[in-house]
Amino acid sequence: MPAVQETVDRVKSIDVDQYKYGFVTDIESEKAPKGLSEDTVRYISAKKGEPEWMLEWRLDAYRRWLTMEEPTWARVSYPKIDFQDYYYYSAPKSSGPKSIDEIDPEILATYEKLGIPLRERDILLGIEPQSGSRVAVDAVFDSVSVATTFKAELAKAGVIFCSISEAIREHPDLVRQYLGSVVPVTDNFYATLNSAVFSDGSFVYVPKGVRCPMELSTYFRINERNTGQFERTLLIADEGAYVSYLEGCTAPQRDENQLHAAVVELVALKDAEIKYSTVQNWYPGDKNGKGGIYNFVTKRGDCRGANSKISWTQVETGSAITWKYPSCILRGDGSQGEFYSIAISNGFQQVDSGTKMIHLGKNTSSRIISKGIAAGRSENTYRGQVTAHRRATNARNFTNCDSLLIGDKCGAHTVPYIEAKNASAVFEHEATTSKISEDQMFYCLQRGLSQEEAVALIVNGFVKDVLQHLPMEFAVEAQKLISVSLEGSVG
Amino acid sequence: MALLEIRNLHAQIEDNQILRGLDLTVNPGEVHAIMGPNGSGKSTLSYVLAGKPDYEVTEGEALLDGQDLLDMDPDARAAAGVFLAFQYPIEIPGVATMTFLRTAINAQRKTRGEAELSTPDFLRLVKEKAGELGITQDMLRRGVNVGFSGGEKKRNEILQMALLQPKLCILDETDSGLDIDALKVVSDGVNALRSPERGMVVITHYQRLLNHIVPDVVHVMHKGRIVRTGGKELALELEASGYAAYGQDAA
Ligand SMILES: Nc1ncnc2c1ncn2[C@@H]1O[C@H](COP(=O)(O)OP(=O)(O)OP(=O)(O)O)[C@@H](O)[C@H]1O
Ligand SMILES: [Mg+2]
Repeated sequence: MPAVQETVDRVKSIDVDQYKYGFVTDIESEKAPKGLSEDTVRYISAKKGEPEWMLEWRLDAYRRWLTMEEPTWARVSYPKIDFQDYYYYSAPKSSGPKSIDEIDPEILATYEKLGIPLRERDILLGIEPQSGSRVAVDAVFDSVSVATTFKAELAKAGVIFCSISEAIREHPDLVRQYLGSVVPVTDNFYATLNSAVFSDGSFVYVPKGVRCPMELSTYFRINERNTGQFERTLLIADEGAYVSYLEGCTAPQRDENQLHAAVVELVALKDAEIKYSTVQNWYPGDKNGKGGIYNFVTKRGDCRGANSKISWTQVETGSAITWKYPSCILRGDGSQGEFYSIAISNGFQQVDSGTKMIHLGKNTSSRIISKGIAAGRSENTYRGQVTAHRRATNARNFTNCDSLLIGDKCGAHTVPYIEAKNASAVFEHEATTSKISEDQMFYCLQRGLSQEEAVALIVNGFVKDVLQHLPMEFAVEAQKLISVSLEGSVG
Repeated sequence: MALLEIRNLHAQIEDNQILRGLDLTVNPGEVHAIMGPNGSGKSTLSYVLAGKPDYEVTEGEALLDGQDLLDMDPDARAAAGVFLAFQYPIEIPGVATMTFLRTAINAQRKTRGEAELSTPDFLRLVKEKAGELGITQDMLRRGVNVGFSGGEKKRNEILQMALLQPKLCILDETDSGLDIDALKVVSDGVNALRSPERGMVVITHYQRLLNHIVPDVVHVMHKGRIVRTGGKELALELEASGYAAYGQDAA
């Protein structure tokens, strides 16, 4: 039997049921009544003690959403979603203002299983990662941000890092100025839905000239049955500021499809730089394609000021359906956008992901490196758009998008849209599709590597160009995750 | 007990019978050279011993230390001590040679129930062996065999052999593509691995290599069988007269 065939069979036999993060935390939670209506929106807003303007903003979004249609252009298929069949708000019952010590031990235990350094105290006592670098974590447990660590130290630098709910209460001016300014309320069906019912998320403001003293991180986790999770993240780097933000996601194993529709908005003012990294390993569904997360995400960064820079790096290994296009609006002259992506699909996963680079300013440049790996019966599509508007003199884009197939029941697709309205624009596009060759496998096996070690090694080599853009601690995690998701898919 | 015992081996690929009743015995400490015309099945033999998929053994047996080799997975054979220096080494883009070496060593150690090699021990070992073979640090950082010249690829094979310390080394035309100096370096590397426990099967077309790696036994392979066996002087004879005596029709 050819080695790759064998690999494929092992993928099948080991299958995706072995989702490592599939455990459920048994805590009481408080939910909004099932379904979506103006009352749901009011309920959520009231629960969060929001000011009137926020409620109005949500209601406006809700009313617009009622008039919108679900998009169908992505290469994904799934049964029609019954939006009345979800809970739109779920919070651990014991929640409320708290110090870390008051957090439900069950929640802490969950985070421990996920390997998140939530307990600031422990970290400060010396249980730091070996590199000595530190990460401030804003953990989102279902809909409520449970704890924010390192707040005090960040405050010293003038950095605001808190849940979006808190920001709405404590920093209304900043929120009103920027919320919806990158992803307008009516941007798309899911973004509008999110605007109506977003439950929580992170808020970051880095003031002028400040280099954020540590990596900021959010860890998302969907726990409650049939809850949609709708985070809203807003990140602003003021002039000359720098921040690196890490987002990680897991969800327990469920038969039902859980809905997730996040919105992330990034604003980089003049000379500011934002690095946004995501590792997403939500439950992908079982070996028959049952269950798994539906992930419809709108992520967009606005390089609003001259010479600003936004860089997206993502490692996508989970979710039954991924619909996600982290994008950059290159508005400021000389601004730069980057998109580095690893998308692994296995089992029956469907990934439709990519980016948009919208060149508006002069001398703007963008770079796209996308690595798609398809195994099992999955479908993996890269969808990218690069446009230069009339004013965008000397716009530059380089796109490289490579696909790797494992087995012959999966598919990889590349859908690039390129449009230049300025004759001086230079766009380069490279694309390759390859398979792990039998000869490469045999070479590795002859040196003593097992099938799964060989596949993990070859795949890690394939994605190396992207991995090196992740912050160190994330890169190590991502590398492990790649092996795990291919184990769950390869053997 | 013989290190490698091959009896009446028949093997085919895609219904083409390539090995047709091959016998070969290699005792510990011996170096055997296999010569023979193009297409006689030398590489096929090496692949069958290493367990390459698609090669089907239809008859006969191959034992390593008395253990049935043909029943084992390729990675298990490697861990048991079978090493093949490929005629055409494979490129693995993006995987640093250093990473590959380390993964291979530790994979074999794991299979044998041994502890992983510590980072300092590994680095020291690689540095020493790479130095002896004239392999630079830069090459070790590059992707496995990516952008390596033909000769560099062959040296990289010998480096892996030196690090993995196999029981049975099979070298498939390791001399092809080597310049005169590299031939010397590689041969020295191979000779350094000669030991009373280790056996070697050296496949080559040229007597020249056998001046450096002096074999104990020389075989002539033809149409999938060993048709003649002799001492090292047999190679000289072949160099002079070619394979005509073996009914060579399609060289
Ligand atoms: N995949 C294949 N399908 C059919 N025939 C094959 C295949 N691979 C090898 N062969 C044939 O098997 C025979 C033996 O090949 P092999 O590579 O073992 O020869 P060799 O003795 O190593 O030759 P050389 O000295 O040229 O390296 C050749 O006739 C070759 O064409
Ligand atoms: Mg050959």
